[in-house]
Amino acid sequence: MSTISRDEVARVAALARIDLRPDEVDRLAGELDVIVDAIARVSEVATPDVPATSHPLPMTNVFREDVPVPGLPVDDVMAGAPASEDGRFLVPQILGEE
Amino acid sequence: MTTLTADLVDYADAVRRYDPVLGIEVHVELGTRTKMFDGAEASFGADPNTQTTPVSLGLPGALPVVNGKAVEYAIRIGLALNCEIAETCRFARKNYFYPDVPKNFQTSQYDEPIAHDGWVDVELEDGTVFRVEIERAHMEEDAGKNTHVGGATGRIHGAEYSLVDYNRAGIPLVEIVTRPIEGAGERAPEVARAYVQTLRDIFRALEVSEARMERGNVRADVNVSLRPSPDAPLGTRTETKNVNSFRSVERAVRYEISRQAAVLDAGAAVVQETRHFHEDTGSTSSGRVKSDAEDYRYFPEPDLVPVAPSREWVEEIRAALPELPAARRRRLQGEWGYADAEMRDVVNAGALDLIEATVAAGASPAAARKWWMGELARHAKQAEISLEEVAITPAQIAQLQSLVDAGRINDKLARQVLEGVLAGEGDPEQVVVARGLEVVSDDGALLAAVDEALAAQPDVVEKVRGGNLGPVGAIIGAVMKATKGQADAKRVRELVLERIQG
Repeated sequence: MSTISRDEVARVAALARIDLRPDEVDRLAGELDVIVDAIARVSEVATPDVPATSHPLPMTNVFREDVPVPGLPVDDVMAGAPASEDGRFLVPQILGEE
Repeated sequence: MTTLTADLVDYADAVRRYDPVLGIEVHVELGTRTKMFDGAEASFGADPNTQTTPVSLGLPGALPVVNGKAVEYAIRIGLALNCEIAETCRFARKNYFYPDVPKNFQTSQYDEPIAHDGWVDVELEDGTVFRVEIERAHMEEDAGKNTHVGGATGRIHGAEYSLVDYNRAGIPLVEIVTRPIEGAGERAPEVARAYVQTLRDIFRALEVSEARMERGNVRADVNVSLRPSPDAPLGTRTETKNVNSFRSVERAVRYEISRQAAVLDAGAAVVQETRHFHEDTGSTSSGRVKSDAEDYRYFPEPDLVPVAPSREWVEEIRAALPELPAARRRRLQGEWGYADAEMRDVVNAGALDLIEATVAAGASPAAARKWWMGELARHAKQAEISLEEVAITPAQIAQLQSLVDAGRINDKLARQVLEGVLAGEGDPEQVVVARGLEVVSDDGALLAAVDEALAAQPDVVEKVRGGNLGPVGAIIGAVMKATKGQADAKRVRELVLERIQG
């Protein structure tokens, strides 16, 4: 049973800013289907009283003290920037909005 | 650019025919020393990109760790807003692409906020109390700061490129979301303003944030919708983003009510969209239309374990909550014996802290109120500054009043002393000495002035001698004038009568 349509793959790819060719969309629709089917099998086994798991570790409240650490040197910060100006990242004109 | 001259319905007419419903999201930057998920400094005003770590830059492999202090502050806020504190909650990724979000997602909370189902009572200027229901308060992180370069106005429109500073990226935020605020009617703009102001005051009292509006520590997104009547279903809402002053919140709501009323009157539908508020014109303009392209693909943050505040911890925080602004106002009003209207005027004038400090410095509540709400309020208004900016301290006011109480100066002289203090001539004591403003209490000096005045007005003397005390004021006035107001009027009267009748 196919649950992931081509359109859905294209939409999710667009949301994630992944540029897919049409043949890649086709291939991924098939592959994702297999994954979704596999998950569906798990869902059949898991009864509603089994809580969804977002974290496999039985841990909570891992906190950090509110104590500052030195910031990265600006030169290091900018090392990977394709372009910068006045110690700031320079990015292309933003067409959307705030 | 979207039109700024949209059709508007006169406000009074709009609220007569439509029922406005509000929803307000307030973001507050927490005043922790470090960021939400890493140890970079969170202070304001450093050089660009000097307060970052691999986590706040979103570098691959960097792992976040929750700032425990920020969680405590979030719980404090939740408790102050009468919320339930979740037994367990988790973080989620809100995915979107914008250069000020270096990870391409904001770490936020989605289906499990730390606090939910609360309320806060908002007091309007006339004393009416309006209850606002809180849906949730959740933890998240701030974005970096974009500066748009090349456009005419520095706004995005027309910009050629943008510069990004990530110092702010990752600073802890708490976002507080109301349930639909219904029943405010024509007072909706005022309720919106008072709500944001109430939250700001609470943040300050809780010491979780400096809550400075002008620095963007507190920012509001204001949702407005209209419906034909209170029992009709909710209308389509617009969300005006980043309204950053109390006055702007009020104006933005008012404008949206007038604008949406015009859209509905024309038989059209309100477009569900985000809008921008323009400080200069008091208007809003269309931003982006909400569509299904805006799908944040929320999912639980795998790099952070859940936050499960123990009930002991929550109760500890509750027990340590400071007195909140509304309770403080009630207590001070009781202590000071002010009437309701007097207290409201004091609060609305922003004089509460000043009067409290003046009373603490030794003045009576009545005297403190008299100075701050009278002479000093007039001075502030004339100088177009706030009371807090007036160049006099509560301690100086208390000293001034003590000089009056001791009889060393009278009310008229006190005003001159005040002038001196405001002019930077020092404390009231020093001004009295330097300007020689002390009341003349030496009977010898006074008698000379009295005799002179009596000699100048023999007709008055006659009348008084004949038993008509009415005209005696003319003599007293002359003496006061001759002593440049530095005489004690009561003593002058005594001396005048002694002289005439004695």
